[in-house]
Amino acid sequence: MVKEEQEESSNRPDNTAFTQQRLPAWQPILSASIVIPMFLLIGAAFIGVGVALFITSRDIQLQELDYTGDDSEHPCFKCRTNTEKCTCSMTFSIPTLFKGPVFFYYGLTNYFQNQRKYGASKDDNQLYGDLDYFTNPSTDCDPYTRDSKNMPIVPCGALANSMFNDSFSLSHTVNGVQKIVPLDGKGIAWWTDYNIKYRNPTLNSVFFSGTKKPTNWPKPIYELDTTDVYNNGFINQDFLVWMRRAALPDFRKLYRRITHDDYADGLPAGNYTLTIAYNYPVHSFNGKKKVVLSNVSWMGGKNDFLGIAYIVVGSMCVVMSVVMLIVYARFKFAEDV
Amino acid sequence: MFFSEEERYVRANDRPSNLSYNYANNAIRTSKYNIITFLPLNLFEQFRRLANAYFLFLLILQLIPQISSLSWFTTALPLILVLSMTAVKDANDDINRHKSDRQVNNRMVNVLIDGVLKNEKWMNVQVGDIVKLESNQFVTLTHVTHPTILTLLIEPLNLVYVETAELDGETNLKVKQALTLTGEMGDSIEALSAFKGEVRCEPPNNRLDKFKGTLTVNGQNYGLDNDKILLRGCTLRNTEWCFGLVIFGGPDTKLMQNSGKTKFKRTSIDHLMNILVLCIFGFLFTLCFILAIGNAVWEVKEGSVFTVFLPREPGVNAALSSFLSFWSYVIVLNAVVPISLYVSVEVIRLGNSFFINWDRKMYYPKNDTPAQSHSVDFSWNKLADPKFDFHDYNLVETVREGNPEAQAFFRLLALCHTVMPEEKKEGELNYQAQSPDEGALVTAARNFGFVFRSRTPETITIMEMGEKVTYELLAVLDFNNVRKRMSVIVRGPDGKMTLYCKGADTIIYERLDHSCKRLMKVTTGHLNEYAGDGLRTLVLAYKHLKENYMEEWTQRHHEASTALEGREERLDQLYEEIEKDMILLGATAVEDKLQDGVPQTIEQLAKADIKIWVLTGDKQGMSCYILELLYARRKMCPESAEEPSVTKARAGLFWLQKTETVQDEQVEGDYALIINGHSLAFALEKDLELELLRTACMCQTVICCRVTPLQKAQVVELVKKYKQAITLAIGDGANDVSMIKAAHIGVGISGQEGMQAVLSSDFSFAQFRYLQRLLLVHGRWSYLRMCKFLQYFFYKNFTFTFVHFWYAFFCGFSAQTVYDEWFITLYNLVYTSLPILSLGLFDQDVNDRWSFEYPQLYSPGQLNMYFSKKAFVHCMVHSCYCSLVLFFIPWGAIHDTVRDDGRDLADYQSFALLAQTCLLVVVSIQLCIDTYAWTTVNQFFVWGSLFAYLAITFTMYSNGMFLIFTSVFPFIGTVRNSLNQPNVWLTIFLTSLLCVLPVVALRFILIQIRPTINDKVRKTPETEYCLCILRVSTRRSGYAFSHSQGYGALVTSERFLFKRPLKSLLAFSAQTETPRPQLFRPIPE
Repeated sequence: MVKEEQEESSNRPDNTAFTQQRLPAWQPILSASIVIPMFLLIGAAFIGVGVALFITSRDIQLQELDYTGDDSEHPCFKCRTNTEKCTCSMTFSIPTLFKGPVFFYYGLTNYFQNQRKYGASKDDNQLYGDLDYFTNPSTDCDPYTRDSKNMPIVPCGALANSMFNDSFSLSHTVNGVQKIVPLDGKGIAWWTDYNIKYRNPTLNSVFFSGTKKPTNWPKPIYELDTTDVYNNGFINQDFLVWMRRAALPDFRKLYRRITHDDYADGLPAGNYTLTIAYNYPVHSFNGKKKVVLSNVSWMGGKNDFLGIAYIVVGSMCVVMSVVMLIVYARFKFAEDV
Repeated sequence: MFFSEEERYVRANDRPSNLSYNYANNAIRTSKYNIITFLPLNLFEQFRRLANAYFLFLLILQLIPQISSLSWFTTALPLILVLSMTAVKDANDDINRHKSDRQVNNRMVNVLIDGVLKNEKWMNVQVGDIVKLESNQFVTLTHVTHPTILTLLIEPLNLVYVETAELDGETNLKVKQALTLTGEMGDSIEALSAFKGEVRCEPPNNRLDKFKGTLTVNGQNYGLDNDKILLRGCTLRNTEWCFGLVIFGGPDTKLMQNSGKTKFKRTSIDHLMNILVLCIFGFLFTLCFILAIGNAVWEVKEGSVFTVFLPREPGVNAALSSFLSFWSYVIVLNAVVPISLYVSVEVIRLGNSFFINWDRKMYYPKNDTPAQSHSVDFSWNKLADPKFDFHDYNLVETVREGNPEAQAFFRLLALCHTVMPEEKKEGELNYQAQSPDEGALVTAARNFGFVFRSRTPETITIMEMGEKVTYELLAVLDFNNVRKRMSVIVRGPDGKMTLYCKGADTIIYERLDHSCKRLMKVTTGHLNEYAGDGLRTLVLAYKHLKENYMEEWTQRHHEASTALEGREERLDQLYEEIEKDMILLGATAVEDKLQDGVPQTIEQLAKADIKIWVLTGDKQGMSCYILELLYARRKMCPESAEEPSVTKARAGLFWLQKTETVQDEQVEGDYALIINGHSLAFALEKDLELELLRTACMCQTVICCRVTPLQKAQVVELVKKYKQAITLAIGDGANDVSMIKAAHIGVGISGQEGMQAVLSSDFSFAQFRYLQRLLLVHGRWSYLRMCKFLQYFFYKNFTFTFVHFWYAFFCGFSAQTVYDEWFITLYNLVYTSLPILSLGLFDQDVNDRWSFEYPQLYSPGQLNMYFSKKAFVHCMVHSCYCSLVLFFIPWGAIHDTVRDDGRDLADYQSFALLAQTCLLVVVSIQLCIDTYAWTTVNQFFVWGSLFAYLAITFTMYSNGMFLIFTSVFPFIGTVRNSLNQPNVWLTIFLTSLLCVLPVVALRFILIQIRPTINDKVRKTPETEYCLCILRVSTRRSGYAFSHSQGYGALVTSERFLFKRPLKSLLAFSAQTETPRPQLFRPIPE
């Protein structure tokens, strides 16, 4: 009977949960029995995670050496404004075993790799080995698209042009003798950069004819590493590392890994000498240069921030839960009375 | 057209002459575009909208390489999407219009050309043509006068029955009739083609109820009025055929003149939204200005020395760079000006109005009427916050009464009306009445032995106590809203001429003979009694007329009714003259039975803090009764003492009745203002209206009785103008139309009194009681949803944008974006659009039952508590906090750190990915927290969007995409290299919780300290609440006369209606909903 009636009345709206706005729903209500324990629980968990993170971070060893040479006492002071080739060396000691694998970073401060125009000043197509863009680079690269003779620059752009070109060597003083610590430059860039994003044209120098090297560079791109064809041209690891521009004006970049020979397990305690081929000018913009030796943990490099943040947030949660409990108790009773 | 037409001159059967005037022919065009003009015109229209124009401006900015801080597609894609969505909708609408145009234009009609009837397309019909229409055919043509009407079998007289549903929505049949002169031509084609009439008439206009013109045949003038024309849009019914002369064609017809121009009503939220968008613009430019200054400082301090690695472009110094970076930031921060806002708002409005249409609880099965929201585009959300609520009280089924005593009394009832008898089946007499009151009165007379049987234009036949008597009908003095009475003049079989009059008591009393003094007193007593009972009253009177006077009067009447100038005034004068010195017969009272649930509804609305103003035709006594309904619990008692208030003392023009609550809490001072139409007219004058409003607003309830439709609208306008309140007007009758149109929200009740109210309303439904569902449930929900939506929308976009602001301090104010450009493109469009729409469509804080239990829940909306400028500022502060967390936590976490294999993790791309993932997670969680009701749809969209984000991001950053579109997706490998790092996930987790937990804590504490009504209700377990249902009387009163004017003239015209001679005796069929006589009290003479 009901059916019949529905058929007759054609305008009768459908009786579905959707049209009648009766979709089954769960209404979460911020009740004290849920919120307060939740905060307590989250607080406890956060403090736990925070402590774990903090301890992990604290256990990471870190050796930082500023070699900018601003200080006149500093061995690199002489190189600071020197435009010629200049080498300086610094010594430091490691009191206990520096557990391996040890990573060798260089760091720059006050360096705006994240400046929009700086970052945009490159040509992805060119770096992908597309020969059309060798002869005709994208105007994004301005003012490093073409040199004064209107020859196209490869790789073009400010980012490539400003590639970091200090080089380092590390030696360990063993019984008064300098022993070179072997530095491994393989696999320091992202796999995707090395294998996909950057590519060399198949026949190296032929295709670079008619192009110019970036103005700041001492040698063209295809001579970055003449010893290893798989580390030359656009897929040179140092180049790739540099081209992955940093998010913040203070950054460090991986230079080498120490994984070989006697140092596979780390750097033993002792005195070390760092020799720097000082080329890169940072003096003009008050930048700093440094070398960082560090090992890593499951959570990456040394960074106390995350651990501390977790602990702080966790404690705040606990405090909040107490505050909420007090408020709840007060007003709950007030209501009841 | 170069000149405005002052008079139309049409000659029948004379195409060449008519063509010379260049009158529009019958082809119509309602479509806006054609294939060629569509794109430019539509785009032009769309770019007239501020948001679209702004985005176009951005797009142009982005084409300037020095400024462009984002790729063009970040703006172009959303813009194109929005434009194309709107364009598709517009195109679809226009195609439909084209279709209907074509269909209408190609309908066939018989046209008399050169003495032959030809089948022609409608668009080829010209002004001045004579056309033949057949039954059930749309008179879609044009206005037609009918020079000829012939009625064959069933229509022995020149009558045409039409239905005007398409025109004014009324489905009852109306009668049109031809001039006698033309009627005589019959269907003789020869006579018609030889017909040489000339018509002069008013120029095209859109008034459906007025027409003025003359037909000149052989030098004789004949008046043409509304009854002699057929309007385009009518349907011929029960009429075999008719001929007509085309006067107006196509776009000149009243139907077309009435269509189109819809005025958008704007809601307070709309208004606020516009203000906010302006504020946002201001805010945006402030931000950009700050950043531009930052840029200047940076350029001087850092950029100038960083030139080793980033040389400046030639000619660019710090100042210019700062200027450019201002515009670059305008582009980067554009997300604060949300292009998708307006589109989303419209989608939500549409969705919510569909929910109203779909609501079975607002569906009235008896007449199969679901609720309807019209003008979907803009009407929606104003529902949310009406503070004033106007009622008309004519929502009624009438119930009636009688007592067989005074014959004259019933004779009057049987004679003085404009009811038409209709015999659908043998012996089944139905009355077609213009108002339920009329029908009820005639039915009452019938039940007491005075049966109205049939009428012709010149006679009325009734059965007086079983005896058939035919009266000659001399004149009908029609009803209208000013006269508030109607009369008939008849000559009985005995040759005596009598005027019978019925009308509103005040009106009739002024026109009574002095001899009736005593009777008047008695009657007044009865009237007051009736009024007290909430009945609608009418006073009946009669007058005998002298033969010679009548003759002379008839002569003058004829002159007046054919006059071109001042016809109405002259008629009014004549009527006034004859309707005096009448003898009082008695009074009738018609009980209005309220629709079900009216008092409860009013009670509910009052609880929801909606101010209710009743605008009614009732007299005061009745109104007090309504008052009782309003505050049944408070038991108000009228003390009709004239209140010498300041207002009165100063004005002396209207009196106030102050009604005090006789309740314990007199301190509270609940007052009601009752004012009648008479006083209202004075009170509404310029210098007094504010005084009126002030007084009225101090009162809990305002009742204006005996008000005219115009006054109703005036009152609404007054409140709108000076109170800045949202008004809702609800009514069912034609006299409510003006009020419904004037109010912010017009609600029509599709009931007995025609369809005009419904057609001019924004919402309509069948029963008054659905109003509470509309307001308390749908209105509340949709307001809540809209507010939530706006709040969340602003929140998510601000949060998104502010992160850029913080990043600016670390990237040399270079307009470097924090996120990947693709993320920026898709954020509003894909990742967050569906969850927010589902919030705007499905969220319910409390279910519909609870909304009813606690009408107070409605109040916060009126105070704009859910979304106001203050809420907007809160929202900005919240966004600011979140963006700080969203920037600085990842900043700290990623600073100087590396992957667990020692490689880079602090690079720009990884940071961008981290920041955008955090952002999306945070806004998704925030959405869940803001959602009261977690439905599967909601959750599906939230999780679906997060999932879509991951899927799309993975795809875009994959090798394959890079190999295909090398430089388009430079973020290759970022997902793989950073999302497999535990510290990245720990950062996301920390950021999300840090953004969300304070909000949870704050809300929890607020609920404890200052719980809103909302929180209380939500916390109440289902079993706790109870509802006290107020049983109040369901009687109520209304307008004395509710039918429309114009029928009297029809009845008097020479050839009158009546369908056919009755062949057999009548058998009265009881209609199911026939008003039932209940009470009748004649006045003993």
